[in-house]
Amino acid sequence: MAISPTASLRRDIPDLSYKQGLRRNLLNKILTFLVGLFSLIAVLPLVAVLAYVLIKGGSVLNLTLFTAASTGLEGGGIGNAVIGTIIVTFLSALIAIPVGVGGGIFLAEYSGGGVFANFIRFGTNVMAGVPSIIAGVFVYAVIVKTKIIFGNSYSAIAGGVALSILMLPTVIKTTDEGLKLVPDDLRRAALGVGASKFVTILRITLPSAFTPIATGVVLSIARAAGETAPLIFTALFSPFWPEGFDAFFNPIATLSVLIYNFATLPYESQNELAWAASFVLVLFILLINLFARWLRRFAST
Amino acid sequence: MEKSVDGGFRILAFLLASVVAMVLLAILIVVFWGSVDSMGRYGWSFLVTSNWNPVKDEYGAFTAIYGTLLTSLLALLIAVPLGVGTAIFITENIIPLKIRTLIGLMVELLAAIPSVVLGLWAIFVMEPFIRPFLEVLHKILGWLPFFSTDPMGPGIAPAVLILVVMILPIITAISRDSLNQVPMKLRQAAYGVGTTRWGAILNVMLPAAISGIVGGVMLALGRAMGETMAVTMIIGNSNTFSWSLLAPGNTISAMLANQFGEADGSQVSSLMYAAFILMILTLVVNLLAQWLVKRLSLKY
Repeated sequence: MAISPTASLRRDIPDLSYKQGLRRNLLNKILTFLVGLFSLIAVLPLVAVLAYVLIKGGSVLNLTLFTAASTGLEGGGIGNAVIGTIIVTFLSALIAIPVGVGGGIFLAEYSGGGVFANFIRFGTNVMAGVPSIIAGVFVYAVIVKTKIIFGNSYSAIAGGVALSILMLPTVIKTTDEGLKLVPDDLRRAALGVGASKFVTILRITLPSAFTPIATGVVLSIARAAGETAPLIFTALFSPFWPEGFDAFFNPIATLSVLIYNFATLPYESQNELAWAASFVLVLFILLINLFARWLRRFAST
Repeated sequence: MEKSVDGGFRILAFLLASVVAMVLLAILIVVFWGSVDSMGRYGWSFLVTSNWNPVKDEYGAFTAIYGTLLTSLLALLIAVPLGVGTAIFITENIIPLKIRTLIGLMVELLAAIPSVVLGLWAIFVMEPFIRPFLEVLHKILGWLPFFSTDPMGPGIAPAVLILVVMILPIITAISRDSLNQVPMKLRQAAYGVGTTRWGAILNVMLPAAISGIVGGVMLALGRAMGETMAVTMIIGNSNTFSWSLLAPGNTISAMLANQFGEADGSQVSSLMYAAFILMILTLVVNLLAQWLVKRLSLKY
């Protein structure tokens, strides 16, 4: 009896079913488990830090903390540091945003990708890698030591300048990249109906790139608000409330420096203030970050 | 009138762009100029002597330079497998997309937490938590010079761990982006010739994304070397050299944060010298990163 052709074929077909014990299948499972474990470990610190900051910070937080200055004594608060962080961050944004957006406009709109533009882009990358403490050292040597600002040494302005050095590369980069995303058709259309280059940028290109630029700027502000290293010997610290116009020219308290100063002291009441300040700072920064994310998604829909 | 506005704006934008170059140059010059005095006095021996004594006015930065390199390299050694592994996990379809997006978001938010807050957490939560483990390490491996001292609290080991936490998000985010940018065709081709998931990852995806990943790792190294606050708060700030990872140590940036505000005379110059070394180190790492990214980019 002849064997049917299908049966002979069946004998030649290798067994393709998935085998548990095969070396490569085992290896796959082990490696998959390993990267899953790594992801868990990577997420763990965020959960742990957030939990501790929210629980420990939240438990010592009350309204009187915001109405008292950071004297470090019993009954002290963090109110002046909250104001100080806002002032110093505001000053740094005041410097970094115009300079950064202007520089970014030059790179994307005027340079035409020449040698100079590439040099500046390279410089921006290098500047983004400069350690933040070096920015502090630099501003200390140029502004604090020389007392160049009307004879004042440590001041909120010096702190703002130091922070702006850290913000600047981010702002330039996001402006440059945001403007590059704007289609050339828009520029040609504007120039075609007789607009000057300046008007085209101001009324057409810049508004169309508003969201990516705003996202980058907002994120850089959030980062600046949490920076400490550039402030410890520029803005220094102060146990007093900032008062009027003088606030800009005198040492000023900030949340981040408060955390640094009070965390390393041996007194429990001050450590608690450091936790409370962390709570406020982290909440503020996370909210800004989520806002920036929302902005990005809002723009893409 | 319109022409002059146009030209004026062009010049203004040009000047604003030049600010970057000028500030960068100014930083280099100021830090170099500040350190000239100390450079003349100690020369190269500054790099290899480890006595830092403001009272006797003698300075050598070996402990800090060694600490900077050691902490950042060790942190990299731990963070690279963790970060790249996480990136692989969230770019593969092992678990549902929603959970993967959540993990990605959490790692990114970790990057947003200020380093001073991580330092606070390290002092009061992490260090007390890991100390028993370090003590066990000292008991078992105490005969090795690297674990020869009893863990007392602040030290190099906790500093390394907090650095891992700080650079993990950078490595993860950049590796994830580079893996996502690998064309779908490559993955499909790999599966098409019958390879397994990890066959595709190890032989196709990772080699294709390696330029971005290496760039991210180098960027993280630069960040780790310059990182100041969290390390300052947990490393113990001791200028006495020790081989032990469990002993307190120092890094250049921690030394600057601690001493620069109260320093005067030749100490300022010596700190500036250390700052200059730190700048050169981070500069070299960042340039190397940019060069490697260009060099390793695969054309596909």
